[in-house]
Amino acid sequence: MEMIKVRIDGVEVEVPAGTTALEAAKLANIDIPTLCYLKDINEIGACRMCLVEVEGARSLQASCVFPVGDGMNIKTNTPKVRAARKISLELILSNHDRKCLTCVRSQNCELQDLSQKLGVDDIRFEGERYDKPIDSFSPSIERDPNKCILCRRCIAVCNNVQGIGVIGATERGFETMVEPVFNMSINDVPCINCGQCIVACPVGALREKDDTEKVWDALNNPDLHVVVQTAPAVRVALGEEFGMEMGTRVTGKMVSALRRLGFDRVFDTDFAADLTIMEEGTELLNRINNGGTLPMITSCSPGWIKYSEHYYPEFLDNLSTCKSPHEMMGAVVKSYYAEKNGWDPANVYVVSIMPCTAKKFEAQRPELSVNGHPDVDVVLTTRECAKMIKEAGIDFLALPDGDFDPALGDSTGAGVIFGATGGVMEAALRTVYEVVTGEPMENIEVHAVRGIDGVKEAEIELGDMTIRAAIAHGTANAKALLEQIKSGEKEYHFIEIMGCPGGCVTGGGQPIVKAKTYMEKDPKVVRAKAIYDEDRDLPIRKSHENPSIKKLYEEYLGEPNSSKAHDLLHTHYVERSVY
Amino acid sequence: MSAVTLKQNEEKFSKLQLVIDQWKDKEGPLMPVLQAAQDIFGCLSLDVQKYISKELDIPVSEIYGVVTFYSQFTLKPKGKYKIGVCMGTACYVKGSQAILDEISKELNIKSGETSEDGLFTLDATRCLGACGLAPIIMINDDVYGRLSPGDIKEIIKKYKD
Ligand code: SF4
Ligand code: SF4
Ligand code: SF4
Ligand code: FES
Repeated sequence: MEMIKVRIDGVEVEVPAGTTALEAAKLANIDIPTLCYLKDINEIGACRMCLVEVEGARSLQASCVFPVGDGMNIKTNTPKVRAARKISLELILSNHDRKCLTCVRSQNCELQDLSQKLGVDDIRFEGERYDKPIDSFSPSIERDPNKCILCRRCIAVCNNVQGIGVIGATERGFETMVEPVFNMSINDVPCINCGQCIVACPVGALREKDDTEKVWDALNNPDLHVVVQTAPAVRVALGEEFGMEMGTRVTGKMVSALRRLGFDRVFDTDFAADLTIMEEGTELLNRINNGGTLPMITSCSPGWIKYSEHYYPEFLDNLSTCKSPHEMMGAVVKSYYAEKNGWDPANVYVVSIMPCTAKKFEAQRPELSVNGHPDVDVVLTTRECAKMIKEAGIDFLALPDGDFDPALGDSTGAGVIFGATGGVMEAALRTVYEVVTGEPMENIEVHAVRGIDGVKEAEIELGDMTIRAAIAHGTANAKALLEQIKSGEKEYHFIEIMGCPGGCVTGGGQPIVKAKTYMEKDPKVVRAKAIYDEDRDLPIRKSHENPSIKKLYEEYLGEPNSSKAHDLLHTHYVERSVY
Repeated sequence: MSAVTLKQNEEKFSKLQLVIDQWKDKEGPLMPVLQAAQDIFGCLSLDVQKYISKELDIPVSEIYGVVTFYSQFTLKPKGKYKIGVCMGTACYVKGSQAILDEISKELNIKSGETSEDGLFTLDATRCLGACGLAPIIMINDDVYGRLSPGDIKEIIKKYKD
């Protein structure tokens, strides 16, 4: 690669040709303010916060889209630059709904940060404000147009990363808005509720539907048995909400915090992930041996499920009929566990702590219920969970490590890796291999299915059978893969698809990472590493070896895919229109 | 939809398809296709935008953004009667704003909108060149001049029956 030399504020740096002034400055340890920029996703030079002076150029340049040239001399901190940035910022602030005190993003807001950093002490222009209604019809996504600064990061994610495009810029001039078409609610357009737009938004304009009040109410109701479960990806990210380094594992503290909040049982969705493997692995082998629909595609990701219902209904028969793990957990809690403990299922309240906003929608699906009771009553995101812990005044960092409650809190490394892209595939292979060959799998770490390539492929020998597998994460990647299958170019037996890029570790309900942090590290990689470390440290790493799973089948379900298992743990899908 | 309108609709979509085929593989097909669609259908409804979205593989949200950005495109069909209220200097001085407000109130629509019953579309226009009669309005090809807000009800009534 051709290397070039540039001077930034007098500091010389050598960078590959094509590097932007913003990135080059970063290498020189100079922090240029940005707002619309989101690495690799939104590089459009719209907000003018990142202006710099380039020697010899007539006007100031937006450094996020300005590639440096050899020998260039760039200044990032001249009076002209400072004044121009400040005016850009003040104009944005002039018609912004500046209610920081009551805003979900306060203290984690890129606009608020900039206002501090640039020393805005007065807003000289008082712009016309619009007072638009907040769109809160969706069970997952809430949109507050009054806080939107038109940076278009959400549009770029929804359009390019997810390949969906249900939000866009409309009208012009002062009337410009970022919203769905025809003034529709986000609930009425084919949005998959993935929440990737939320984690891309620099401000409080997009956020999850807050369900914490419902959980406080349940915890305060003496008649209810309130059971909580946590998804694998939550334990490798929750710490970030309390200032811990990205990738810190906080499983024990998380369990203690939930117990202090007053939940009657703290269970692990990883247990249900093991259960999913038993059901889904059996389903796969049945389909292969009995001429069922192939490829079979995983069904753990409700973002992906809604995507296929809207955009690829022709693949609905390919979806595994397994409910997603937290729904399986809810169903088991309200049947098996309730019976064992003499609880009336009507008085059992199941809360799922998930890295996901799509699961809020999923939990409301009428088909996901057991004897008339919803499997799961409320879904909270990792962020909402942190909010409750803070509200309760719990000093998270000082908490001792706690353990999940027995039985439905017992899990394996296979359950944990569900949190990263490729994990469901790897967990399934660990079990299917041993079921088919009757021999222990020698090397249970299947590195071919790990990593963050958009589409991954692997061929796995199972005795005299070869399983062709593929993995996609992020729906634009899923789309590319499905098109290849449709055209007959590719053939597989088993496919894992996760709606969010990176899988659950970077789900739409996870702690929000600032644009500046993405320039240093990729949470998809860092959090996934923590997931695989967690797996490595667990004594049991295969789902079928989980003793509590064995017991559940012995005492209650019989065999995997038995009719009882079907009643409780399997579901069906519906075709949905596009608009 | 009756059989006749369904058939008319089909014809319109096949006309649109011809235009799409012509532009599909060229640079920047969206603007010419939207212009043709606006002419063929008289407006760009969600159905029309969905159709174009599918054919050109451009998200509806992007198409809608373009449609609402340029004033040449409309989302709803124009009314049977197009009311133009002249906002030229002469008319303005003689009180055309009050005329516009009165029509707006009478029909319960703003400038640029079409009434619920599909009869009227209201627009504020540039000088219509009949300054001697100011303030004036035009309803399709009929001109009404030297108006006061009190005249409006009577005039609108003629077109309603
Ligand atoms: S979006 Fe940011 S700046 Fe705006 S009110 Fe919320 S915290 Fe304050
Ligand atoms: S939740 Fe996902 S599909 Fe819906 S608007 Fe946001 S990014 Fe697009
Ligand atoms: S909703 Fe958020 S991400 Fe989208 S344009 Fe507005 S401020 Fe930017
Ligand atoms: S223009 Fe560079 S960050 Fe917005």
